[in-house]
This record gives sequence, C-alpha cells and structure tokens, in this order.
Amino acid sequence: MDPKQRQALLDPFFTNNPIAIQVLGICSALAVTTQMETALVMCAALTGVLATSNLVVSLLRTKVPPNVRIIFQLAVIASLVILTDQILKAYLFTISKQLSVFVGLIITNCIIMGRAEGYAMQNGPWLSFLDGIGNAMGYNIVLLFTGFFRELLGSGTLFGYEVLHNVADGGWYTPNGMMILAPGAFFLIGLFIWGLRAWKPELNEPE
Amino acid sequence: MLEHYLGLFIRAVFIENMALAFFLGMCSFLACSRRVETSFGLGLAVVFVLAVTCPLNNIIHNYLLKEGALVWVPGVGRHLADIDLSFLTFISFIGTIAATVQIVEMTLDRFVPKLYTALGVFLPLIAVNCAILGGSLFMAERDYNLAESTVFGLGSGVGFWLAIVALAAIRERMRYSNVPAGLRGLGITFIVTGLMAIGFMAFAGIQL
Repeated sequence: MDPKQRQALLDPFFTNNPIAIQVLGICSALAVTTQMETALVMCAALTGVLATSNLVVSLLRTKVPPNVRIIFQLAVIASLVILTDQILKAYLFTISKQLSVFVGLIITNCIIMGRAEGYAMQNGPWLSFLDGIGNAMGYNIVLLFTGFFRELLGSGTLFGYEVLHNVADGGWYTPNGMMILAPGAFFLIGLFIWGLRAWKPELNEPE
Repeated sequence: MLEHYLGLFIRAVFIENMALAFFLGMCSFLACSRRVETSFGLGLAVVFVLAVTCPLNNIIHNYLLKEGALVWVPGVGRHLADIDLSFLTFISFIGTIAATVQIVEMTLDRFVPKLYTALGVFLPLIAVNCAILGGSLFMAERDYNLAESTVFGLGSGVGFWLAIVALAAIRERMRYSNVPAGLRGLGITFIVTGLMAIGFMAFAGIQL
C-alpha cells in the first residue's frame, strides 16, 4: 500500500475524524448509541453504504454532467440505503424497529454526501473505496466509544449482559439515567473531542 | 378538535424538539450557529420547507406508496389494492424535498429577493438537512392525516428555529469566556447543547 492509499485509509481514523473534526454525520451518532447492539448494527450499515457509494460515485464520475451531480449522488445513496434497509428488515427485524427512521436518515447523513462530493468525485475507485472505509471507521470509533460508555454507565450492561451489578437486582451499581438520555451523548462526544485535541494539539480551533 | 392540533403543535415544538430531543439536523445546528443572524435565517427556511414538504409527502405516502393506497385510481383501482410501494418511501421523499427546496429558492429569488439574499447558501443546503427528511419519515411512521402532518411540520420547524437561535445566542455570549484550549469551538458547543437538551427535558412530563 503506497503512502497516498494509507493516508486515505488511516487519516479519517483520528486526525481527520468525520464526527469530531469534520462535523459530519452527528445526528445518527447521537441517536443510536444508547446500546452497543444498535450502535454496532448502525456502524455496519453505514460502513457498507459509505464504501459502496464512494466506489459507485467514483466509477461513474466521468460520465455524469456536473450540474446534475447532486441528484445523481442522492440517487446512488438512496438506492443503497433502501437495499440496506430491506436487508435489515429481513434478517434483523427487532433491531431495525429500534433504529426506526435512522436507517433512512443515512441518506441525509452528511458523511456520505460530503465524501462523495469532496473525495469520490475527484479520485479513482480504489482510493475512494479506501477513503470510504477509513471515514466509516472514524465514525465507528466515535459511535462505539459513545455506545460503550452510555450502555455501561446508563444501564450497567454491555451488549445486554450485566457487567456492573444493578441496585434493582440487589447489587451495588446505581445506573446513571442521564447517560441513556439525549444530553449524555452530547457530553460524551464533547469529552471525546476534548481528549482527541489534548492528544493532538494541532487540531485545536483558533478562536 | 382544535385542542388536538394545538397539543400536536406544542408537542412538536417543545417536547419532541427536532434538534434537542431527536438530534436531527445536528450538522447545520452546530455548524451554522456561530451568529444569531445567520441562524435566524436558517431557522426560518427550515420552518418553511418543513411546513411544505410534510403535507406534500403525506399526500404521496397516503395516495401512492402505502399498502393499498392506489385504490382511488378510477377503473383499475380494485386490482391495485394489494400493491405495496412503501420500499420507495426514501427515494420519493428525498425527491420531493429536493424539488421543494429548488422551487422555494426560485420563488423567493423572483418575488422576495431580500429574504433570498438573507438566506444565501443555507437554502440549498436544507435539502440535505436530516430534520426535513426526519420530519417526513416520522409523519409516515405515525400515520398522520393531512391536517395533522401540516401542523406537525410547522411545529417541528418552529422547534428547530427556537433551538438554533437560542444556541447561537449562547455561543455569541461565550466569546467572552475562558474556555480550555481543547474544548474551544466544537467541543464546548456539544456540551452547551447537552445542557440545553437537559433544559428541554423539563417539558417531557407534560401530558397533552
């Protein structure tokens, strides 16, 4: 793998993280992270859609007139999301019910539009595919980080198995209800960004 | 009857606030909230587009896509009763939204140029704002009728407007505070949004 490919794959992990640095695709990251299980399914769905859409958009980029490119990208993404949604409904019905509208919202997830417009339209298929995987991994890191702490501190479980023995069952751990609610996700991602910038000070915003 | 619609409106604005309870439209919510002026314009555009696309998509959902929705077709209707086109929901909703945004843009440009220049680049960007698609998808999931979906669209838009202007006002004040270097900008915005969401949760117990 030459340096350019490695950069396309590895940069979005931390230094150019889609959520923490590029401010893309935050909505779904916050909404599906109350449990590890839903977070993991969302990660898999997004990785599939993002890598394939980058690949398809990049393959067809020379054939598409520039003034219809947005609608073309939306059509590619929407078709892939429909496919994902149908697969989830067929094989993971209960989880697909929990994710509710958020699978559909992958269409308007700005990571996918942003990468299609900003990267796949200018680069070859293999590089775009790697960039898609890399950005999806960056998204997954934030999602799983948030999901891990929200489920562990919020319900004392991981993937539904009890880790911290709950007070309600005669244990010692009092679940922190705030983690399950909306604000918990905001605080965790805020702290994630702080940690990331403390580790890599060159990412700090001048203000 | 009126109470039902009023309750729906209040619920969409406060209890089920698009931005602070469902995290929808977060990207523009965080990125366009540096100044009160721009966030005001963006909020206004969101209100308008949501109030138009929600009923439009409701018509498409009820008369074209839902299972058995095609029975109204004269002549062949009863043969179409078991056709279920709901797998086309996403692509037709996003199509309606993109078209509406385009039409709104052209109309404003032609008749209200002042508002058009005030909104600037935010108008086209609304097509990919998840609050808009989310509004239509929630409407379809909850099976609202035409009037309910109009009220719901309007209410969700107003809720988003309220939230983004409030956040922008807080961020403008925060310029005078001493925020730790790593938290400056995006980090502290997340934490402020979290605190605002806690504030909005106070509405959660209200029964309507």
